[in-house]
Amino acid sequence: MATKEYAGKSIETTDDGYLINASDWNADIANEIAKEEEIVELNDRHMIVVNFMREVFEKTGDGPSIRKLTKESGVPTKELYQLFPKGPAKKAARIAGIPKPKGCI
Amino acid sequence: MAEPIEKVSIVISHGSLEGVYPGLIMANGARMEGIEATIFFTFFGLDGIIDKRMDNLSVATVGNSAMRMPGGLKMPTLLGAIPGMSRFATYMMKKEMDKIDIPPIREFIEMISDTGAEIYACKATVDMFHLSKDDFCPQMDEIITVGDFYEKSAGAKIIFT
Repeated sequence: MATKEYAGKSIETTDDGYLINASDWNADIANEIAKEEEIVELNDRHMIVVNFMREVFEKTGDGPSIRKLTKESGVPTKELYQLFPKGPAKKAARIAGIPKPKGCI
Repeated sequence: MAEPIEKVSIVISHGSLEGVYPGLIMANGARMEGIEATIFFTFFGLDGIIDKRMDNLSVATVGNSAMRMPGGLKMPTLLGAIPGMSRFATYMMKKEMDKIDIPPIREFIEMISDTGAEIYACKATVDMFHLSKDDFCPQMDEIITVGDFYEKSAGAKIIFT
């Protein structure tokens, strides 16, 4: 467990940087985490993915699989990898303030 | 700390359902982690990207000593040869995979291709089976020799399945 400074608040995170409490999350925090993940600015398309991930997490307690994410959020696989290069599932989950997804797909 | 893996080259050499899926899951999983991935289909593994065959792969029930019956009892290997057994095992496996969101082969190949992974077919096998580029699904990038494969795998971990 670690503590990090995001948007002027001290937030609890896991050692690899995922928020412990999804309820701590807000858009400012998302933007700061995105910068750490080398995403300069979150646009509308990023936010569709981020909001979808939070929605699924609230319902099921885990982030969606990439398959579910692309089928139901309306962001196709190709674009998803452009939006979150170097690993969409993990990065989007971190930015969305939810735990690292547990699924393999 | 050990160096993280940056690139994998996965060889798929078996054409049964359980022969093709592990390589696909590993390739997709690599891309999800931001690792570059290349898949090289060879020998009967080519069935996984042959347009007319990829929707009809089945579970090999003969000679599989780990096969279990529904309920978990070990299946005597001889039973695997009964007509319909492979079809039944295939049906069961597909059903279970769907539950955990593993897509059918064709959709999985499309998805993996869309992640930016490269998909190749082995030239020696293509020649041996008298195939051509037209026999493959559109996601197959190129028919390459084993030499090309090693060249494209520069800096990659090679995984044979």
